[in-house]
Amino acid sequence: MSLETVRPSPGYEDILPIEYRDLIKHGQYGREVKVSEMGKFKELVEEHPMCAGCAMTLFIRLTMMALPNPEHTINVGTAGCGRLAISQANIPFIYGNYGDTNSVASGLKRGLELRFPNQVKDVVVMAGDGGLIDIGFQGLMHSWFRKERFTTIMLDNEVYGNTGGQESGMTMQGRVLKMAPRGKLVEKIDAMGLAKTAGCAYIARIAPTNPARVLRTVRRAILIAREIGPTYIQAYTSCNIEYAIPTPEVMQDAFDVEKERYGFEEIMTEDAKAYITEIEKKQKELAKSKAKK
Amino acid sequence: MSESTQTKEEWVPKGDLQEVKDPEWLFHEAPRKTEFITGSEAAREAIRRANVDIAISYPITPQSETMQQAGYLYDEGYIKEYYRGEEEIGVMSAIGGSSRAGVRSLTATSGPGLMRGLEAISSWPGARTPLVLMNMCRVINTPLAIQPDNIEISFLLNTGILHAHAENQQDFFDYSLAAFMVSEEVDVTLPAVVSVDGFFVTHARGQVSMFDEKYKLPPRDGWRSAVPAMDNENPPARISRDAPIQKSNFISYHMHASWQQEVFAAVERSAKYWRKYLGDLIEVVNPDAEEFIVSSGACVSQAREAVRQEGEKGRNVGLIKIKTIRPWPKLELVAALKNAKRILVPEFNQAGWLHKELCSTLYGQISAEIVPGPRVYGGMTMPTEMVLEWLEEGRK
Repeated sequence: MSLETVRPSPGYEDILPIEYRDLIKHGQYGREVKVSEMGKFKELVEEHPMCAGCAMTLFIRLTMMALPNPEHTINVGTAGCGRLAISQANIPFIYGNYGDTNSVASGLKRGLELRFPNQVKDVVVMAGDGGLIDIGFQGLMHSWFRKERFTTIMLDNEVYGNTGGQESGMTMQGRVLKMAPRGKLVEKIDAMGLAKTAGCAYIARIAPTNPARVLRTVRRAILIAREIGPTYIQAYTSCNIEYAIPTPEVMQDAFDVEKERYGFEEIMTEDAKAYITEIEKKQKELAKSKAKK
Repeated sequence: MSESTQTKEEWVPKGDLQEVKDPEWLFHEAPRKTEFITGSEAAREAIRRANVDIAISYPITPQSETMQQAGYLYDEGYIKEYYRGEEEIGVMSAIGGSSRAGVRSLTATSGPGLMRGLEAISSWPGARTPLVLMNMCRVINTPLAIQPDNIEISFLLNTGILHAHAENQQDFFDYSLAAFMVSEEVDVTLPAVVSVDGFFVTHARGQVSMFDEKYKLPPRDGWRSAVPAMDNENPPARISRDAPIQKSNFISYHMHASWQQEVFAAVERSAKYWRKYLGDLIEVVNPDAEEFIVSSGACVSQAREAVRQEGEKGRNVGLIKIKTIRPWPKLELVAALKNAKRILVPEFNQAGWLHKELCSTLYGQISAEIVPGPRVYGGMTMPTEMVLEWLEEGRK
């Protein structure tokens, strides 16, 4: 979809819903938005049925803002809380079967590369910890081993939130949850380590405590996936319902968990680093020259 | 310069050298040459001429040979993209992904592989993903066996997938090519399975008449589809075709119901396109007979021989070969069998899915006895004598 496709044909603008017109006039198409602009532009995702105070929702909003080319992006997800918001975005969303995200994304990305050889189409998998590390484990790992060029974002709330609070592979050891009546017996799976072993070009662990950093991380992951190889972001997005975090304390929990065991970590291969450094250097120069004008 | 010394820049994909031709011309008018080849080779030759964009493979006997041949076709440049997936859930999901991208997509599997990938496979029609799955039928475990048996077809009957059942190597060539074209028609936009009985057809040789390999089918046009490809080439809207139902409510029930109705209506609409390429959906031999054999797949060949031997004895036994299981040729069957007195339904499976289908179609329509058999399964072959014995039994 080029920006020309997004823009209404002359004469038709008036009959389109105001939502659509706002999206075109005041949205993020064709420009890079900043966190400081939140509330001042039409976001790709606004209304959603997520729980009040959900940290995952904040992270998804920030991720959508970070998309470097939303008019050429396709999101892939699976069952889980996140899809309730992701599917409400103005981005095509494939809601597949349980745990099929990275397999679907592999075929989709390769198909899009065949069909649009002169237009990069970004494929972004956004799914929960259960969807990726449990039921989707095989597809996840093999997409990395095959060096598929798309980004995988794990919305890690450390629980099966959507099905009512069962333990997942990403739940911390000892936590008492449904299906873990005596506390989880084994350790949280080291998905970061697995991503490293599988050779992901860019790996990041993040909590949504610093919105600007979320935007930068997501952009980096998507840009590197275009040219270098698979990228993985693991985001702590607490479930305030299943972990009984009072709504006003959701962000404090994010800060606490970040400090305790979920600190920001960024790992990238040498070629990924060289590539992203070059891009960001050019972007800075461009911004400077614009500022001068 | 030999191919091995060509540089990457000099290499020309062989698919680029093929000429696109009108599929109806290819099916009905193009000169054909006959070769004595296996079913797997017939599949390879169909794939070579099918203008396939992407093929995703995973090995399972007796299918493996076909998808490794597809690998060689990729190497030669007849297929644009190819890889071995992680296993069948991954492969069937991935091929659904590539079809959503709007490119012509192919995969293949057999019995247990089909069962493993069934969650993904059964979601293809709802996602309106045109693609072709070649299915080389095989026993479903357990006990472990790799022999032919087509019980797996019964698991696909109510999925909304188009389904043709090839009798022999020739059918496998023709049906596979037709499947691509039918599947991608705008008012169809559905996946298609072409099943063939493993080993009996895949690993045995037969005469296959084929149009020249310098021709190929027209490419898939990703813009022509009942639903948009997931390519972000359409104006944005806050609804995803893949997730129309977010939470249970009255509207969502209706959406899901109407979506299903549309899928199954599309299966029926596909009949006219199958007819365009394959002629009628059934083949009728000795239409004026009172004794009939109705079958599909390789079983038809044994039935044909039984009909021939009965003919030598001066007995007129009819035969109906069902080419497409979905769309199911209900009206054709009722018309062809209206004067039948006794109908045998030989099958290569224990469940007798074809017999059940036939009974539900003919119930209340005709007064013939519809005999549940003969059947062989677990890898057995069906001797013609068995069909003859069952015919004789009915005459006592």
